[in-house]
Amino acid sequence: MKVKMLSRNPDNYVRETKLDLQRVPRNYDPTLHPFEVPREYVRALNATKLERVFAKPFLASLDGHRDGVNCLAKHPKSLATVLSGACDGEVRIWNLTKRNCIRTIQAHEGFVRGICTRFCGSSFFTVGDDKTVKQWKMDGPGFGEEEEPLHTILGKTVYTGIDHHWKEGIFATCGQQVDIWDEQKTSPICSMTWGFDSISSVKFNPIETFLLGSCASDRNIVLYDMRQATPLKKVILDMRTNTICWNPMEAFIFTAANEDYNLYTFDMRALDTPVMVHMDHVSAVLDVDYSPTGKEFVSASFDKSIRIFPVDKSRSREVYHTKRMQHVICVKWTSDSKYIMCGSDEMNIRLWKANASEKLGVLTSREKTAKDYNQKLKEKFQYHPHIKRIARHRHLPKPIYSQIQEQRVMKEARRRKEVNRLKHSKPGSVPIVSEKKKHVVAVVK
Amino acid sequence: MVQDLQALDSHRKEFKNESWWGIRAAKSLLALREQEELEDLSNDYPSSTSEDEGDSGRERKHQKLLEAISSLDGKNRRKLAERSEASLKVSEFTVSSKGSGERLVLSDLLEPVKTSSSLATVKKQLNRVISKKTVELPLNKEEVERIHREVAFNKTSQALSKWDPIVQKNQQAEQLFFPLVKEQSAFAPMEHVLNGWKARTPLEQEIFNLLCKNKQPVTDPLLTPVEKASLKAMSLEMAKMRRAELQRARTLQSYYEARARREKKIKGKKYHRVLKKGKAKKSLKEFEKLRKTNPAAALEELEKLEKARMMERMSLKHQNSGKWAKSKAIMAKYDLEARQAMQDQLASNKELTQKVQESEEEEGGEEEEGDLLVPDAVNEAHMTADGPNPWMVRNHSDDAKEAEIQKDSEQLPEPMANEASESEEEERPVAEEEILLKEFKESQSLRKMSGLNQDTKPVGRQETEDSSTQEVLSKLRALSQKLNKDNHQCRKQNMGSVRTVLSTQREGPSGEEEEPLLLQRPGRAQTLEELKELSKEGCFQNEELPRPALEGQWVERNNQPSAPKKKTKEQMIDLQNILTTKSPSVKSSAVPTIEELEDEQEREEEREQKQMIKEAFAGDDVIRDFLKEKRETVEASKPQDVDLTLPGWGEWGGVGLKPSAKKRRRFLIKAPEGPPRKDKNLPNVIINEKRNIHAAAHQVRVLPYPFTHHQQFERTIQTPIGSTWNTQRASQKLTTPKVVTKPGHIIKPIKAEDVGYRSSSRSDLSVIQRNPKRLSIHHKKQLKKN
Repeated sequence: MKVKMLSRNPDNYVRETKLDLQRVPRNYDPTLHPFEVPREYVRALNATKLERVFAKPFLASLDGHRDGVNCLAKHPKSLATVLSGACDGEVRIWNLTKRNCIRTIQAHEGFVRGICTRFCGSSFFTVGDDKTVKQWKMDGPGFGEEEEPLHTILGKTVYTGIDHHWKEGIFATCGQQVDIWDEQKTSPICSMTWGFDSISSVKFNPIETFLLGSCASDRNIVLYDMRQATPLKKVILDMRTNTICWNPMEAFIFTAANEDYNLYTFDMRALDTPVMVHMDHVSAVLDVDYSPTGKEFVSASFDKSIRIFPVDKSRSREVYHTKRMQHVICVKWTSDSKYIMCGSDEMNIRLWKANASEKLGVLTSREKTAKDYNQKLKEKFQYHPHIKRIARHRHLPKPIYSQIQEQRVMKEARRRKEVNRLKHSKPGSVPIVSEKKKHVVAVVK
Repeated sequence: MVQDLQALDSHRKEFKNESWWGIRAAKSLLALREQEELEDLSNDYPSSTSEDEGDSGRERKHQKLLEAISSLDGKNRRKLAERSEASLKVSEFTVSSKGSGERLVLSDLLEPVKTSSSLATVKKQLNRVISKKTVELPLNKEEVERIHREVAFNKTSQALSKWDPIVQKNQQAEQLFFPLVKEQSAFAPMEHVLNGWKARTPLEQEIFNLLCKNKQPVTDPLLTPVEKASLKAMSLEMAKMRRAELQRARTLQSYYEARARREKKIKGKKYHRVLKKGKAKKSLKEFEKLRKTNPAAALEELEKLEKARMMERMSLKHQNSGKWAKSKAIMAKYDLEARQAMQDQLASNKELTQKVQESEEEEGGEEEEGDLLVPDAVNEAHMTADGPNPWMVRNHSDDAKEAEIQKDSEQLPEPMANEASESEEEERPVAEEEILLKEFKESQSLRKMSGLNQDTKPVGRQETEDSSTQEVLSKLRALSQKLNKDNHQCRKQNMGSVRTVLSTQREGPSGEEEEPLLLQRPGRAQTLEELKELSKEGCFQNEELPRPALEGQWVERNNQPSAPKKKTKEQMIDLQNILTTKSPSVKSSAVPTIEELEDEQEREEEREQKQMIKEAFAGDDVIRDFLKEKRETVEASKPQDVDLTLPGWGEWGGVGLKPSAKKRRRFLIKAPEGPPRKDKNLPNVIINEKRNIHAAAHQVRVLPYPFTHHQQFERTIQTPIGSTWNTQRASQKLTTPKVVTKPGHIIKPIKAEDVGYRSSSRSDLSVIQRNPKRLSIHHKKQLKKN
């Protein structure tokens, strides 16, 4: 005879280990969980608010330099090591985890104009106002040894920038012309020039390593091919470009930090129109650096702030400033894409989080899922006016704020004038120039 | 100076006889010393040379002297040289080019040897050189550089374009993991880790001893050389895959072992019977398949089976001489079952001796253990036993020797022989389909066999008896089978037509009703003959298409046997005909004759246009729709009455009973009339009065960028992503972040090798160090063009 009774499979309710979560049977019948959109909206709103609440990006300030920090460099192999060069010729190496200076070198007389590390991280190069290029060992000198460079190259003119090849023992300097040096030789293996003006920065392409980009004070950006030892193309912008930075994930994309408060992202194959014009700064942009993921970049400006832009957006998603931070001269995004460093006029290097409200440290899996969910909710409801307003709200120092207002007025006036001119002239006589094309003066082949 | 004077004195001694010149020279020298002026001296010389002409030796010495003098002071050397040249001019022995006064011409030199042929070519070349025009001016430097730049730029941008797909892919990727390349953790071999380690404690020593006993390599080298080589030979992925495979195999093995052990313990007779049956079925199926796909292998299987049978025959298994049999024999007197079992065994023995293809399958449940471990081939033996299998037949006829050795070979079962002969007879008018047919029949019979009880053996005989009747049936079956198979056998185009034929046959009149327009013939195909004709016609119509004759044949044949069964005849639909015939045009009535005027034509066209529009929008009456919509919205916006009647309160309730009208009237709360609608007096407008201003503040006003339609956007908003509404897995999938970075890992720029491109093997440095300015052919071409 069969006895009918309730029976359950213990697999359905018994935990395998004590650490497992209790299994909660759920019924996903949509009628039992009504109002999904309003509930998610509220969750998104809360997430956005909390993001703003927890937005505390500033981590540390590294002080020790006795003059403005003029250049920064990342260590290619170690996340904790940062190098900085100051305006008094001093180079310091910092440990970010301990937040202290581990080595100080009086490298040059006058400014340290540029600093770069070798791709293997064993040594680094500096150029200074004393017309020298110096190579230094990354490790400090032994006990009783003098702090001396490995090599010193004496040049005829001042070098204003330096960058190292990403794979080989080659580096490039700029000044009167762009010189390509073999590390083993004391004279450049090739020097490229186009026009006569002082070149302020030169950068190697990290992907197609034979490509270089430079920007000179005659408002142009020149691209070079090192293999063919020839410049490729030149684009002239409205104002001077201070630096350029290549996208580490997209070989043909670079961004130029310009004096006209804007940044321009170019596709190097089509220089006549920038891919995107990034505008938010209210003073000259002095430096730019890409996130290693290639999705965002950070820019340092003379207006005492740094901003983070998504590559495909023209407006910044974040602005960082502190009361004591003066003109930011250099900025770097760390190679784990989590932090941002900036060196400024008032002798400090500051460390910021790349995502202002991100929780540091190891997350538990539940934290992680909650974070992901909140992030997705924010993304989903980002177009809703209230959420948008909260997400976009930033406090700004008064000078920047007022300048933004001022520039808005100016821009509006210009626009109105343009529209009026267009309206009152013969159709077709006044061309409509898009914002992107407005800033490119010419492309020289 | 004193030395010089002494030298002068010695000179004087030498030229005693010509003291005049010497004195004069000395005097002049003195004068030189005093005045340091030698201009007049040059004037004097010509006269002096005229004096001592003819005396060359003296003159040479004199020259020397002059040189010596000139070396006194650097200034006057040139002038002295001039003077000496003048003397040269005068001398008659030396030839100077100036003296000749005429130029040397190349042609003059060639003149005397004009006739010689060897120089003719040279002259030709010279002439050619003369005739050639001037060389073009080279481009100026800037121009050349510009071309260089342009060419280089084109080259570079082309090289960069290879990144386009990757960039695009990354931009569209649902999720990106950084760093892109996973760092491979370096494997440190055990011996490196345990380099300085030694077994000290007794436990460790014991373990070591154990390891040593089992010949496990303890220290250097941890892997045997062979293993190392194999590891090196395989890539990491391969090794991983292999390891996984091995693991799987091991787990499977252990699983099966456990299962076998478990099954071994099962005592149920029924279970084993079922198991055996299942196995037999499976093996038969496998064998069938094998026979179809790989006849050679099947033959081999058969041979194996034969051998197994032989082995079986050598044993005394079914002789009723075993322990079990003896015990049964005692019991047999009283126990019916035991008797039955004994008889069974005896019968099986008989069968074994009689039938060639018999095996031990017939034994009872007593040999279960053995059964489980019997190889498949043995099991198969029974399955294929005495079936009318051509393979077996062939096997026997081929292997005559074997038959001789086996004395039972004469006892070939009659049915088999019959079958064989039959098959041979059949094969005589051989055709493809015949073979197929036969195969089908065999398989049919086999299936029957396996399905039947094992005791009822002589099915084959029965088969032979009514083979004539069965033949027809099987033929039919084969035909139907072929129809199924035809996809594989026939070419598509032909098959299209054939299939339509068949399908129409199957569908019958219903197909006709559905598509009366497809009627292409005046009369229906009434009889089989007509049908055949039709099929033939189809063939002829498709003549241009390649069609093997055989298939045509079988289409015909196809129809023959099925003919008596068919009761309805359908008309044929020819695909080609359908395609080629024009649809009845609407225009035809409206087409004007040629004589009509153009105006009329235009008017006609207009009318046509109108008609077309009318036709196109025939269905929708916009105005009525709008009015209807408005009415509906007005109705919907009206405040609704509230009905609070509760059926069953204060009266009878139940199915079919309605609350009374009085009660309903009492509990119905009439809604107050709302304010008049804004579009009350606007017939062409619907004004939506439902818009909530307070809600609007929270609503998205403009369609955001990536979306192209508001519905798209609404859909994304309306699908919930949280775990409240989705299963855990689903919500995880919905909330995956776009970019994931591994904390504490350096993200390096993308590399060509990472994404599968070949990076240039030459380093940039080596490329630069080669002469970079060398012009490539491409450059040259471009230069020429400009």
